[in-house]
Amino acid sequence: MRTLPFLLICLVVAAAVFAGSLAIGNDYVFFAGYVILQYVVLSTAWNILGGYCGYVNFGTGAFFALGAYSTVAIYKLIENNEFPHIVPIPVLMLVGGAVSAVVGLGMGYLTLRLRGAFFSIATLALAVVLETLVVNWDYVGGSRGAYVIRPEQLPLIGSYIRYLFLMMLLLAVAAITISRLIEHSRLGYGFATIRDDELAAEASGVPTLRLKLIATTLSGALMGMAGAPFPYYIGYLQPDSTFGLDYAVNSIAMPLIGGTTTWVGPLIGTLLLGTLQQVATVTISSAVNLLIVGFLLVFFVIVAPNGIVGLVHTYWQRKPAEFVGRRHVDADAPGAVP
Amino acid sequence: MSGIAGGASSNGDLLQIDNLGKRFGGFVALENISLSVAAGERLGLIGPNGSGKSTLVNCICGTLRNEQGAVRFDGRKLDGLEAHQRTRLGLARSFQLPRPFASLTLADNIRIPLLYTVAARGIIHSTREVEERCHHLLGEVGLEAKAQRLPRDLTQVEMRKLELARAMAALPKLLIADEAMAGLTHSEIEEILTLLSRLNAQGVTIILIEHIMRAVMSFSRRLVVLVSGRKIADGAPEAVMRDPEVERAYLG
Amino acid sequence: MIFSFDLLINAIVSGILIGGFYAAVTSGVSLAFGILDIVNIAHPAFIILGSYVAYIVNATFGIDPILTAIVATPLFYVLGAGIYQIYYVSFEKRGQESLRGLAFFFGLLFITEVSLVLYFGVDYRYVAAPYIGPTWHLGDVDLPLRIMVPCVVSLLLIAALQLVLTRTFIGRAIMAVAQDQLALRLMAVDPIRIKRIAFGIAIATASLAGAFLIIIQPVEPSVGREYIGRVFAICVLGGMGSLPGTVIAAMLVGIVESLTSTFYGPSWAPAVSFGFLLLTLAVRPAGLLGR
Repeated sequence: MRTLPFLLICLVVAAAVFAGSLAIGNDYVFFAGYVILQYVVLSTAWNILGGYCGYVNFGTGAFFALGAYSTVAIYKLIENNEFPHIVPIPVLMLVGGAVSAVVGLGMGYLTLRLRGAFFSIATLALAVVLETLVVNWDYVGGSRGAYVIRPEQLPLIGSYIRYLFLMMLLLAVAAITISRLIEHSRLGYGFATIRDDELAAEASGVPTLRLKLIATTLSGALMGMAGAPFPYYIGYLQPDSTFGLDYAVNSIAMPLIGGTTTWVGPLIGTLLLGTLQQVATVTISSAVNLLIVGFLLVFFVIVAPNGIVGLVHTYWQRKPAEFVGRRHVDADAPGAVP
Repeated sequence: MSGIAGGASSNGDLLQIDNLGKRFGGFVALENISLSVAAGERLGLIGPNGSGKSTLVNCICGTLRNEQGAVRFDGRKLDGLEAHQRTRLGLARSFQLPRPFASLTLADNIRIPLLYTVAARGIIHSTREVEERCHHLLGEVGLEAKAQRLPRDLTQVEMRKLELARAMAALPKLLIADEAMAGLTHSEIEEILTLLSRLNAQGVTIILIEHIMRAVMSFSRRLVVLVSGRKIADGAPEAVMRDPEVERAYLG
Repeated sequence: MIFSFDLLINAIVSGILIGGFYAAVTSGVSLAFGILDIVNIAHPAFIILGSYVAYIVNATFGIDPILTAIVATPLFYVLGAGIYQIYYVSFEKRGQESLRGLAFFFGLLFITEVSLVLYFGVDYRYVAAPYIGPTWHLGDVDLPLRIMVPCVVSLLLIAALQLVLTRTFIGRAIMAVAQDQLALRLMAVDPIRIKRIAFGIAIATASLAGAFLIIIQPVEPSVGREYIGRVFAICVLGGMGSLPGTVIAAMLVGIVESLTSTFYGPSWAPAVSFGFLLLTLAVRPAGLLGR
């Protein structure tokens, strides 16, 4: 299926989801749904570098937080100078995305020459360094945190949370569409060769460093965009919870559970794990969340390394689990740039 | 389908290696290697295990960086160029231990160099051309029937053929075949040799690195011997094999 | 910021002492990652587990934490051997260590940490021991015993490990398995068994490191996270698997952290080890005493 019809279908589904949520009549749906959608973006973004290219990034929290703190910086700027208060979320997303993209590019440049495990450890290190810098920057509140006042109501839509939900829904659609577009393009093939055998990829003419930089930049950008609305969602932003490893473990677990070689995997993994976590938070406690994530991650990684998508392929189509059918690659399609 | 006829530098050599040296810490892997390969040649490179043959290939192709000396290809200095850039200039190699892209089908394995090297050089422009060449290449190595299978479903010799096909897909001017025939049967070796001869007839310069003397002697028009990182012989195959130093290296 | 020689000396000494402790903490990772190439990022969680074991026994029976840790070492060894077995069968054998092996340990990190939270809660826990209060004074230099004792025992632990690695058959087999598995097989030694033993030893060190930790500072489950980067920073800086290198690197990191904390404030300290790590990876991936 070409990209445009796919995008239209996604938008229709999104519209249905939004309408359905409105119909339920309880704003809690939007609060819970926002988190799940946010993770759809984060896990899809992570998968571009982690699943497609095989480079495990532990710094999801850092990119997410950069997006959030960009928003806080803008908020403080407005507050201190008494500009009209409301900056539309899409604008904030673009800013947050841009900041994270630049950092992603920089991080890639510093770390991508490192072998797999070292790269991952370096991402961890970078995340902590970034966190320390932000914590020591008093303009955005430092370690005390930052308060962001959420506007009350918006015309047409109603409560602000619905607006946030809608924005995140659209971002999720964008993330999935981009991810799918890449997967079926020449770029996606290039990513797969990096994952399979980087040396052979270079020998075949694949510019591995350039592709990896594209992956880190894009991945970082999407994570930053997911983080931009967060201060408005949560109201009070704290560095250690925002930068924390919790975002990393979720954005790694969801694609691994769903399946890492395709765009569908992160979506499935997020819907499954995200819903499970929301239910657990309400019925048991919020600490149990991470225990569930940990167990499922370990379980799937041992028992079903190719995730749910892999299991489906094995039992339904009797094809080897790693193979996700690729047919036509457009040499002259938009994704064919590098 | 013809390969690109070999280009030439100012003195007619396609590949020129001057005083190449490579160390790993204190260990000298290659020392003072100088070699010129003319366009269209069939060069055999032999030497005992550990003599530096694969290291030499890695240095030429950019997988390793040599500390001393220079490599020129098609008139261009290769220093500082990444491996993928060298491939795009027309330098291709197959790996000693085949390194297929395990999660991609055979057809996709062939598409990679087509998309990333050939298309990047502007030689082909459409999806249709990519598909045609892909089919053709798989046909040339007799793997068309398994086009949609994964590399792990292949036999030894089929893997070798895939490895060669992938190198050929990059439309090289120079192809370095690194021990492409180890562990194969007599007839399988003949198949590979026929393939390489056909390539050479289309204008591709071939450097054959092998241990199987029969294959090397029948294929090469010129033989280079490497021992302990140094070049000790370079000339016509029969003459080289009668060289006392070469005899000593292999038998002594 | 008032600069005084007094402050400087104490910061350096404090850094050295803490560095000794860091070396013990890192020794398990030097073994697992430096020598065996297993990226066990869950190691700090096992250390915290060791801390809690020491805590329970100390709170219930009043037994010295280091003593408890020594007795608990075989249990941790078994845990380590078990984990390696799962890791080997699931990942190493299939050649999938890089993504999935890493994710496996990441998952273990969370399982361990959250289990501790659910069982013990997030309150800080302490141990009591005769050497936790007092401080020795050497002229102007303060030597708090609660850091000195762990430091000294840490260095003894490292010395013992080094002896095992260089003088015993098992130790040399462990060093060999990193470089030449084939040679080991030819000597009729099963490399998998050797790696299992090595990983078991690595996790066993966590028992002692945990006791040291809870002697030095109060512990709650998430304390382990700040050690993840520190441990790998020291391991890489120390040359990946060289125990003497680990000690030097650990002290270096300890000193710089201490100086940063004293003169610039503690909120900058976390960035120190991580900054070190990035620098080392960028400039000299083989570390200071590289292999």
